[in-house]
Amino acid sequence: MSIDSQQNSNHSPILEFKSSTFSVPILVLASNDIITIEQQLQDKVNLAPEFFKNSPLVFDLQELNKHDLDIDITALTKIIRKLGLLPIGIRGGSTQQNKQALELGIPVHSGHTVTASSETQKQQVPEPLEPELESEADAITTTMITHPVRSGQCIYAAGDLVILAQVSAGAEIMAEGNIHVYGSLRGRALAGVQGNTEARIFCSDLQAELISIAGNYKISEDLHGAISNQPVQIYLQNHTLVIKDI
Amino acid sequence: MARIIVVTSGKGGVGKTTTSAAIAMGLAKKGHKTAVIDFDVGLRNLDLIMGCERRVVYDFVNVINGEATLNQALIRDKNCNLLYILPASQTRDKDALSQEGVGKILDELKKDFKYIVCDSPAGIEKGAHLAMYFADDAFIVTNPEVSSVRDSDRMLGILSSKSRRAEQNEDPIKEYLLLSRYSPDRVKLGEMLSVEDVQEILSLHLLGVIPESKSVLNASNSGTPVILDEKSDAGQAYADIVARYLGEDKPHRFIDDKKGLFGKLFGRK
Repeated sequence: MSIDSQQNSNHSPILEFKSSTFSVPILVLASNDIITIEQQLQDKVNLAPEFFKNSPLVFDLQELNKHDLDIDITALTKIIRKLGLLPIGIRGGSTQQNKQALELGIPVHSGHTVTASSETQKQQVPEPLEPELESEADAITTTMITHPVRSGQCIYAAGDLVILAQVSAGAEIMAEGNIHVYGSLRGRALAGVQGNTEARIFCSDLQAELISIAGNYKISEDLHGAISNQPVQIYLQNHTLVIKDI
Repeated sequence: MARIIVVTSGKGGVGKTTTSAAIAMGLAKKGHKTAVIDFDVGLRNLDLIMGCERRVVYDFVNVINGEATLNQALIRDKNCNLLYILPASQTRDKDALSQEGVGKILDELKKDFKYIVCDSPAGIEKGAHLAMYFADDAFIVTNPEVSSVRDSDRMLGILSSKSRRAEQNEDPIKEYLLLSRYSPDRVKLGEMLSVEDVQEILSLHLLGVIPESKSVLNASNSGTPVILDEKSDAGQAYADIVARYLGEDKPHRFIDDKKGLFGKLFGRK
């Protein structure tokens, strides 16, 4: 342990891996008719040509596959590219479709059960670029921690995270869902790390180094002293973090 | 059943070796056969504090490598015949320690001793890791300043996740807070964190406060654990700590010049 870290520190690394969350439009298809898709997509692009120009795009075949409608991935990719969009992922595809996509250099994202109703809303749902570790959104679990989370410790919960003790400065807690902290929160708390903008952070004593919901964050300098030392909730409203006392 | 106590902190210079020497001597003076092991291979100091540096023949690493038996390496203390010291090697580094070797030595010591005090090196690397890995109890030595408190917190995290007890899902290591180099005057001036501040950050059971004292330096220089200096405040503080650890009910001292604050502080919890 010590040898490795010491040796590594002799050469300064020229690269490092970091994880972050992006907002990417998702193209959800309800028909496999390439010509209609091209027409409708063209119409959409015409509405906001600047917005769609060179925009990354993930296409979602879940609806199609639900109804056993197959689609020509190569042709689909071609029209997406032709309209100036850059396909960067497929999700909800069949094994065959995923294989085809990979051959075209398009990464496969694991399918996600999306509950949003209208298509426009679905397009706004931010999706992480990284392949998801946990894809079972329906199996939401709550992780309960009863001991203090100490400096340097890191806790990740696939669902909600409930902490009944303190979170020390230098500790990091992350959850795909909501975070509740019933001791002092002095470390970093990141809720909705897989892009869930509805996630919230609840804590009884906010002294955090950093709070984040779905990638929108505030550091302790931006947290005003007035809201510390009392129970608060933190949620996302128009891409801004709102901190309110409870 | 023997108990293994690790004296650790994360940060250097907070008083781990002074504490290890004092605690080990205190336990032995109370009639318990005690061994104290210096895990700071390469930077050995415990033998100096214990005043046995001129009697070191074999060391910890020799025993691990099978070059000497445990009995050959253990040095009996000249002040107390129930106390034995296992010195570290000065010519080697932490890589000379192995988990297997340390485990074997501790198992052997457990047959014969009531308490085994492990003096951890600073840091969170191999030496510190092995010192705490087999522990039953941990004495976290902290100075009343933010970086020391932060490092202690980090160490507590490691204790609760990377120790043998944690890995084998046994009862967690019992953690005790020792606040050393405490100066009530400087706390009053706002130059130092108070006992309450430190306890709030670490939320840990306070075993005792050791005041900043000249007697500690004198004791180190003369090679006698400070606990033997019964007139000194630091010596008394360590004696209280040992008594409290053994289950005696001793009121806390050296927290404030005025008495009474103490009741306020602990009546709360």
